[in-house]
Amino acid sequence: MRGRIVIEIDGLTKRYGDKTAVDELSFVVEPGVVTGFLGPNGAGKSTTMRMIAGLDRPTSGTVRVNGKHYPHCAAPMAELGILLDARSVHPGLSARNNLLALARTAGIGRRRVDQVIELAGLADVAGTRSGGFSLGMGQRLGVAAALLGQPQTVVLDEPVNGLDPDGVRWIRLLLKSLADEGRTVFVSSHLMSEMAQTATRLVIVGRGKLIAETSVEDFIGRAAVGDVLVRTPEPTGLGEALAGPGVTVTSDGTDVLRVSGVTAEQIGTAACRAHVPVFELTPNRASLEEAFMQVTQDSLEYHAGVAR
Amino acid sequence: MSAALAPAPAHAGLAPAVAGPVTQVRVIRSEWVKLRALRSTWSCMLIAVMLIVGVGAVFAGGKPYRVSAAHPAAAAVSVSLFGILVAQLVIGALGVLVFSGEYGTGMIRASLAAVPSRLPVLWAKLIVLAGLVLPVTLVAALADFFVATAIQSARGASAISLTDPGVLRTVAGAALYLSVAAVIGLALGALFRKTAAGLSAFAAVFFVAPIVLPHLPQAVAGIAPYLPSSAGGSLWGQPLVAHPLSPWTGFAVLCGYAVVLVGLAAWQLRRRDA
Repeated sequence: MRGRIVIEIDGLTKRYGDKTAVDELSFVVEPGVVTGFLGPNGAGKSTTMRMIAGLDRPTSGTVRVNGKHYPHCAAPMAELGILLDARSVHPGLSARNNLLALARTAGIGRRRVDQVIELAGLADVAGTRSGGFSLGMGQRLGVAAALLGQPQTVVLDEPVNGLDPDGVRWIRLLLKSLADEGRTVFVSSHLMSEMAQTATRLVIVGRGKLIAETSVEDFIGRAAVGDVLVRTPEPTGLGEALAGPGVTVTSDGTDVLRVSGVTAEQIGTAACRAHVPVFELTPNRASLEEAFMQVTQDSLEYHAGVAR
Repeated sequence: MSAALAPAPAHAGLAPAVAGPVTQVRVIRSEWVKLRALRSTWSCMLIAVMLIVGVGAVFAGGKPYRVSAAHPAAAAVSVSLFGILVAQLVIGALGVLVFSGEYGTGMIRASLAAVPSRLPVLWAKLIVLAGLVLPVTLVAALADFFVATAIQSARGASAISLTDPGVLRTVAGAALYLSVAAVIGLALGALFRKTAAGLSAFAAVFFVAPIVLPHLPQAVAGIAPYLPSSAGGSLWGQPLVAHPLSPWTGFAVLCGYAVVLVGLAAWQLRRRDA
């Protein structure tokens, strides 16, 4: 039997001088699902992730990866794969040599290196110096490095940064497949909308403190239901077709309606049944971001317009 | 595209892990991948070799050297190795870059996450750097010796061979001196983390201090022979300064500096956040 594959964080605190970056943080990241680590910039996400990887030493508190203190792991790359926010590759080395240098420390062969190069879609540029890489390619290389050792636990700091839509989709599928294999997947982001599409569980932080540990479903459920923007040449007709308990339709006199209480799918179906043409149907996702903002507002380090 | 996303079936699931335990030998192989693949490594080595042999060849074109009791054969070889005084800066820069290059690019975080016990990274870097600098500079010093003696004997100077007293020690000493200088550069790079700071510190100690110190009041000037470059210079008969220390004592002093700096670097590497 293998040990529990989890990240356990207990009373974790990191101070730089008199500034507290991470404040008494405690939570557990479970295997088998993608856990999002959500918080505004400066909330202490990257610092926490560096402490998980043993790069920064906690002022107090503990981090355990699969029941062990990471710096004492015999085979660290089999336990934990990590992508940090800043690029952590040498621009003078090719993608392949960057990966090979890491692989060698754990006795990983060239076959696996070529495998992750393929996996990250870097096969065409594997031999060129990584200094010329775009931000997106650099992210792909970082993800490839994190996966080298087939780690039981994967920690990625803002992996979506700089990726094109194709890359974003790639990351989402990759994270899901890692979680489906039973691995522990912990991913940070400052975008709620991104996490809503990727993560199952959420750890929300602000100003270094834990704000909520919840599931994405619960969080969205608690958040105000978003409205849907509909553009139609027959606003009155559609308004009548949609009328029902809990449904609010507001019109500004033009061809635009704001509808809340029903989904975009339900509106489209209703419009079809009523033979009303619809030119535009836009779910207002901002509400999700607003809910996140609401939750984190008190903890935002820098309010707009407030000087220090 | 999604077909390429899932790991290959043979590696799916949590077993078997492809990553084994970290060992010192594995970390050495890892560091060799980096040092070997970086362009700066080979340009630094090439420049150093050209400086050593080139300056030796130019100096050999001077007055023919007559070996006598007052002018030993080894002293002629020391003069032909004069290029080391410049080459040491290039070798030192290579040493500084071994760590500062990783701190500057952020690669150090990946390196230390892969080897969380950290110290094996320092030892491995030392071993691959010294393992590269020692043989290359030894070949360069030997080439310098043969080129310089060939030019000198063509001009009618006394014949000098490697078996003459102190000659082999001077030639091998040049390589040993440069290897320890590289190690000191590496330690400074690890301590300062920034290429500019590490390079300045190295140049200040190896280049500026030996020039400035003798002009200062006697109390300060008295330590000049114990500077790393002067003490270590005893082993290869560095021609610009007097050597009150015996060759191997002087070299031991140089190694002492290296041990202290590497010790500090190790202590800091363990202690400080990456």
